[in-house]
Amino acid sequence: MGLLSLMIGIPFVGAVLIGLSPNQARSLHRALGLIVSLICLGLSLVMVSQFNRNDFHFQLTEHIAWVPQLGISYFVGVDGISLWMVVLTALLSVIGCFFSVYDDGKRSKAFYALMLVLLGSMIGTFLSLDLILFYTFFELSLLPVAFMIWIWGNGDKRRAALRYFVYLFGGSILMLVGMVMIAYRLQASNGMLSFNLVQIQAAAANGSLWQGSGLILEPFLFWVFALAFLIKSPVFPFHTWMVDSYTQAPIGAVLLGVLVKTGTFGLVRFCLPLFPDVAAGASTLILTLAVIGILYGATLAAVQSDIKKVIAYSSVSHVGFIVLGIFSMNQNGLVGGILGGFYHGIASGMLILLVHLICVRMKSRSASSFGGLKAQMPVFASLFLVALVAAIGLPGTNGFISEFLSLIGAYEGGFSSHLASVAFATLATAGVILAVVYMLILFQKLFYGKTPNSSVRYLKDLKSWETIGLAVLAILIFWGGLAPSTFTEAIDKSADATRLMTINGPEMRPSWMDKSQSIGPDGGLYSQKEGATILISKAKYHGTATDDKVPYQLTTPAQITTQGGVR
Amino acid sequence: MFPTLPYVDGMALGPVGILAFFGVLTLILEMLSPKSKNNWIVGVTLLGIVSAGVLLIADFGGMPARSFGQMELHDQLGSASELILLLVALITTLVSEPYLREKKIAFGEFYPLMLWSTAGAMVMSTSSNLLMIFLGLEVLSISLYVLCGLNRREGKSEEAAVKYFLLGAFSSGFLLYGIALVYGATGQLELAAVPGAWSTGVEATKYLLLGGFALIAVGLCFKTALMPFHQWAPDVYEGAPTNVTAFMSAAAKIAAFAAFWRLITAFAPSANFWLVPLGAIAVITIIGGNVLALVQSDVKRILAYSSVAHAGYILVDLLAHAKNPSIGITSMEFYLLSYALMTVGAFAVLTLLAARGREVTKLSDLNGLWKRNPLAAVALVAFMMSLVGLPPFAGFFGKVLIFSDAVNAGLWPLAIVLGVGSVISAGYYLAIAKAAFVDEPSESPVQRPATFGPQAAFFICMVGVIAVSIFIGPIQSFFQR
Repeated sequence: MGLLSLMIGIPFVGAVLIGLSPNQARSLHRALGLIVSLICLGLSLVMVSQFNRNDFHFQLTEHIAWVPQLGISYFVGVDGISLWMVVLTALLSVIGCFFSVYDDGKRSKAFYALMLVLLGSMIGTFLSLDLILFYTFFELSLLPVAFMIWIWGNGDKRRAALRYFVYLFGGSILMLVGMVMIAYRLQASNGMLSFNLVQIQAAAANGSLWQGSGLILEPFLFWVFALAFLIKSPVFPFHTWMVDSYTQAPIGAVLLGVLVKTGTFGLVRFCLPLFPDVAAGASTLILTLAVIGILYGATLAAVQSDIKKVIAYSSVSHVGFIVLGIFSMNQNGLVGGILGGFYHGIASGMLILLVHLICVRMKSRSASSFGGLKAQMPVFASLFLVALVAAIGLPGTNGFISEFLSLIGAYEGGFSSHLASVAFATLATAGVILAVVYMLILFQKLFYGKTPNSSVRYLKDLKSWETIGLAVLAILIFWGGLAPSTFTEAIDKSADATRLMTINGPEMRPSWMDKSQSIGPDGGLYSQKEGATILISKAKYHGTATDDKVPYQLTTPAQITTQGGVR
Repeated sequence: MFPTLPYVDGMALGPVGILAFFGVLTLILEMLSPKSKNNWIVGVTLLGIVSAGVLLIADFGGMPARSFGQMELHDQLGSASELILLLVALITTLVSEPYLREKKIAFGEFYPLMLWSTAGAMVMSTSSNLLMIFLGLEVLSISLYVLCGLNRREGKSEEAAVKYFLLGAFSSGFLLYGIALVYGATGQLELAAVPGAWSTGVEATKYLLLGGFALIAVGLCFKTALMPFHQWAPDVYEGAPTNVTAFMSAAAKIAAFAAFWRLITAFAPSANFWLVPLGAIAVITIIGGNVLALVQSDVKRILAYSSVAHAGYILVDLLAHAKNPSIGITSMEFYLLSYALMTVGAFAVLTLLAARGREVTKLSDLNGLWKRNPLAAVALVAFMMSLVGLPPFAGFFGKVLIFSDAVNAGLWPLAIVLGVGSVISAGYYLAIAKAAFVDEPSESPVQRPATFGPQAAFFICMVGVIAVSIFIGPIQSFFQR
């Protein structure tokens, strides 16, 4: 059993162990949840250390046939896009178990068992390389979150749980039909029935997958996939379930199930590489939705009186930035989008956690019941400020890096016209300004002014163990802002490969199957044949701000550059 | 001159014979043993089921072979259906005794009747002779009519028995009339004769065949509870004792779908004439069954409509087979296996709700089940999620296989309808799971000590719905053996 399978399997084993433990042993349940999460975090760091940053192919892969008759297999592997998401998932699970002490009051056994099922299914989602396996984990994660909202949530939890489940299940069931249709398309074009992502992408890369499939099939399947992921992300107008979940769900479910962006991950993993002929044309519509989401989320965040809703709508806005980066489909944008998923989990995770801590202390979520907290909770205030500036995107914090890259990406433009690119970038930048507005309003309401009622005066500052947990996240915020190369270096090659898979013509797209291919430092695609390294395609930007609106393509696909290995 | 005996394949008929024999044996035991204890009868019933199962597995599949003067057909479809039927009988036997005691209807006759019913279902699924199919169906049904009315003191149970009997007899009439028409067209009772008659026959023969097909299909639609022939199902499922509901919801469907499959295979050349009406039935069943389930408040009625909807899902697979005959039985059999595990499992959990001799199956009666019987609550959640079609449970792979067949046959609109139906179904399945796993008990319900049999049944079904999806590859190869 390999490293990746261990990371997926251990949480499920842990969940069964918790299930078999005595009912009343609350601290045992919590300890088990925490230990298993820590083991996963440790294993994910081992995975990072074994990860080869110069390779865009899937690494540490494991393959076992599952349903040979249908070409379904247990196939896992990691690349630069999933690497940090796995680390983030394990980290947020540790933090989630750590801070769930305020939520797990009744039925702690079921709580931590569900947390671990959620952890295992999230890690599985990121590591799966088989469509059906991916779908299995993707859907499995719905169950724990829905039940956690239902049992431990507050407010109108029935509506929140049903909305969560029905939105996400309804969004993705069509994707399952779509996956089956892709597998049969592969059989029709290449003669093998397979749900293996690498094989399907190889067929998409040489153009055979969609050749002769008509004008309808590829766009239909693209939108079936995109819809599932846009709902899961969520992009405006599908965000209502997330706002409900943020406010009603226990903190563990928010951190692990809602913050970790499997939706935007799915967009990068499936929608871009598998539907190269459609993704470009669809980008304008999706970018428009992203920009609307940025502005809409930021505007609504500014007028909320419920502080958890402020964070929820700011999260809608952040997801807009992530999708903006991904669908601008250039080097900066894509790295910004992929990185954004990781950074958003840390910054918004810290923010919602801090807000949750005072909400459970005061048993109120209304901003008007707080005020003047700065004097009596200095540690809390300073940590809150760190998370807040990261959410705004101040230079020096991780939020700045990802949002700035996304904005540059949007400005450099995707497949939309130059005017549209400038408009997208300008409007999105207005979202950054709005973020300052709503965040500072929130900070002012909580920490300055008069204390509205006497009970606020009894609020104590953070306990030391809480400070330690939050400090980890604060360190990561600055680490990501000051030394982003730690994280971007691992992402670069995979992001470049995904970009070239989408924007290049057939035969010039990278293929995850072809081990001789590599991405050079210039972002071009090279192939190693008989000791020589051949440049296949060198598409730095497709449509820069000034000229060349069409995908850059070499007239002669093969051109010998250097002798010997990859530079 | 002595007539020569036809070829007899004892191994193939063995499981049916064993069940029938053990039925008689348990009946005798019932007469001899005291009424206060049925443990012996349960033990002997289990022994019969297990030995039939062993024989069946030993002789599973192989090349299709006929015996008993062409009356009995030994093939993968029949063997797989028989195996699933035995599984259903096994689980039902495990949960029945405590429930029957609680409801004060612990008649030992339950066990022989159930065994004979299973035997009838097995005969029905292992023949392509229309008369044998009819015989099997009647043996299955007549035992079920009696079982439905087992609780003589309860009005609902009597109503269920009478309703089921009248409508069942009515649908048998359709079936017989259809058989007569097919006999008129082909001069044989054998379904295998139909394709030849269709291709060589004159126009009048074709009309006869189509008329016969339509009537037989209506009869089978009654038995499988496809809309609009489903009206009996909710009332009968609700009124019958819960363990009988568990048995009937799966057994009747498994046998009827096996016969339906053979019917569709035989009539595949004429598919153009009936694919659209049957497709419409599938769409109505999937959407209608799920929507009607949403508005019920009695758990047994919800599950009755859910089983109507699932029959629609299976019909999609049959239609894919009709359009593309190379699509084999594995998808349908896998679906029936997962359906049997999750539906019988769910009804088995509901048997826990009987209290003080009464049937209490309102949704709110499930509240706090997690406190009273954690295993049952967790198992029920697993069954519900499997019925929704959530991975990694069996129902998910059942749906993937049906999607796959539908897309393969070019029937992807039906696959999309199936997907929409699953989304609707999430509403009521989640409500059941929530009642059992989330809600606090409203009042102090009757606390019954957990007994071994039902707990074992829940465990088998719960592990089953996860295990069959992990081992789906080997299971598929086994069905094709």
